[in-house]
Amino acid sequence: MSEAATQGAPTGAPAPADRPRAWILAHRAAGILVSVGLTFLGLTCVTFFIGRVIPIDPVLAIVGDKASPETYARVRAEIGLDLPLPVQYWRYLVKVVHGDFGNSVITSHPVLQDLLQVFPATLELAVPALLIGVVVGIPMGVVAATHRGRWPDQVIRLLSLFGYSMPVFWLGLVGLLLFYATLGWVGGPGRLDVGFEDIVTPVTGVITVDSLLAGEYDVFWNALSHLVLPASILGYLSLAYIARMTRSFMLGQLRQEYVLATLAKGLSPWRVIWVHALGNVWVQLVTIIALTFGSLLEGAVLTETVFAWPGLGLYIKNSLFNADLNAVLGGTVLVGVVYIGLNMLSDLIYPLVDPRARDRQ
Amino acid sequence: MASAPASGTARAWLLSPAPTSRTQARCGRWFRAWLGFRRNTLAMTGLVIVLLLVLMAVFAPLIADRQSTTLQELGNRLQPASWHHLFGTDELGRDIFARVVFGSRITLTIVALVSVIVVPVGLAIGLPAGYFGGFIDTVLMRITDIFLAFPRLVLALAFAAALGPGIENAVIAIALTAWPPFARLARAETLTSRRAEFIQAAELQGASALRIIATQIVPLCLPSVIIRLTLDMAGIILTAAGLGFLGLGAQPPAPEWGAMVSSGRQVLLDQWWVATIPGLAIFIVSLGFNLLGDGLRDAGDARS
Repeated sequence: MSEAATQGAPTGAPAPADRPRAWILAHRAAGILVSVGLTFLGLTCVTFFIGRVIPIDPVLAIVGDKASPETYARVRAEIGLDLPLPVQYWRYLVKVVHGDFGNSVITSHPVLQDLLQVFPATLELAVPALLIGVVVGIPMGVVAATHRGRWPDQVIRLLSLFGYSMPVFWLGLVGLLLFYATLGWVGGPGRLDVGFEDIVTPVTGVITVDSLLAGEYDVFWNALSHLVLPASILGYLSLAYIARMTRSFMLGQLRQEYVLATLAKGLSPWRVIWVHALGNVWVQLVTIIALTFGSLLEGAVLTETVFAWPGLGLYIKNSLFNADLNAVLGGTVLVGVVYIGLNMLSDLIYPLVDPRARDRQ
Repeated sequence: MASAPASGTARAWLLSPAPTSRTQARCGRWFRAWLGFRRNTLAMTGLVIVLLLVLMAVFAPLIADRQSTTLQELGNRLQPASWHHLFGTDELGRDIFARVVFGSRITLTIVALVSVIVVPVGLAIGLPAGYFGGFIDTVLMRITDIFLAFPRLVLALAFAAALGPGIENAVIAIALTAWPPFARLARAETLTSRRAEFIQAAELQGASALRIIATQIVPLCLPSVIIRLTLDMAGIILTAAGLGFLGLGAQPPAPEWGAMVSSGRQVLLDQWWVATIPGLAIFIVSLGFNLLGDGLRDAGDARS
């Protein structure tokens, strides 16, 4: 290694001339992978720790409290609870990497199988909610920023302020009370009315998609009537956050001199705002959207409880109250992995939406 | 203050362009910030809500009868609002108004305990990371990033489940997932002042790192930490209420707002007030903290 090479800082030195693009990309990917790996290790450490300090005795759960001490000791050794902690962690890690979270005590299926079964229901809720948040929230944030201090700004600010001050479970209950019980506009809790269950064989697990694929339009409309309320409520919450962040990012951009310069050159304000200024905040927005999606997944625990929606959140919650440790930790790891994956994805998308981030690396 | 007979002397003293003492200058600075803050109607609304919450918690026994938070009058259950029961009664005949009033104590306790844990931990991680940089920075920030990448509610859920339900465990669970932003913030604030001349002067005088951090850097970090804390309190309240709603927070018969919403679910369609009123309390309080935090942040921006 020459002195010139060592002087260029270890990571971010711009030397595009002698470093091929592929090398730069590989370096970047390696960095992201290392950080993802470390975060994953941290996550499993925490879930492993939770598994150890949890007051429920896993041996007792298997053998029952009438078992003899010998049986107890044998099962304890079988599960590996007599081994040193690091060894136990290693065994746990290997299992997790292979997707083995053990069997659920309640359903007696492998936890992964259960999780994959309930996950589409959560996605069916989270994806429309995120779409509402992005499609409505971003324009709202832009309008608020361009009308700073005037009534559209005040209305939008108040609307989003309400959104992220609202307890989601309470909003869900009020929504059910108003739109289901009083007005009868939407379907009640659950994904389908009783009469419509088990008509469509699950392909993707997303009922609205499955029913369309099978041509069962009655089922589709019924599923949609159940979906509208929870998805709108979650959509409102994500809209609130996205609009607020868009507003503050846009305010930062509109203060920049290039905005004044492009306006002075005679570009239409519409183009300056929606193309140039908004174009520059996309990088930050990508992170915000990823974060929103993550919070939708974890918020699912509350929403799904209120709407009796048989997704990941309800699964984790029910497992929790039935002392089904494997299922709880499996669910936590799954949500964590999706979280980490979203962060990684937003890191990878940066250079696609922002040439500056591409060149900096 | 300003309406004193010797017209405006206090005000003039505070706003004097040529303060004669440090105390006067400091008081003047605070007063100017307050004047700016006072013009912000939304922020003032937030301040009033938060103050009312604190007063309600402190004087709860004077506002409502402590007995009636747990007193079960089964013959009197699910009554609508009346003069005797301002917010009606719940499914066990307990007075909802009294429970909401005393519930403010639980909410404030959780918020205060979480803050007491989260701020020192965040500072302890963020300040050395920003001050020393290099290897220490990398390690500490990596740990922070790991915790930052965790799903907050689900992890709090798993912790609360592991440690057993209860307020103390809910506090620990929330604190464990709430400190990383403070570490990030403290590090960023430290980095901005790290190369300042007054820090170098202190270093040249032979001050130890600990001394510089404690006497020079911490005071610079505190304003933004406090603003962030105010904004975070809304999130903390919502998470705590969520845990309570799921049955993992304060245990019955404690009048925790989230748990009250949960117990009102069964009678939602016929007696809507049982579930909605405690939820409204959660909403108003969290809105108050958000408004106050926004206002403080704006005031902070204006000064800098």
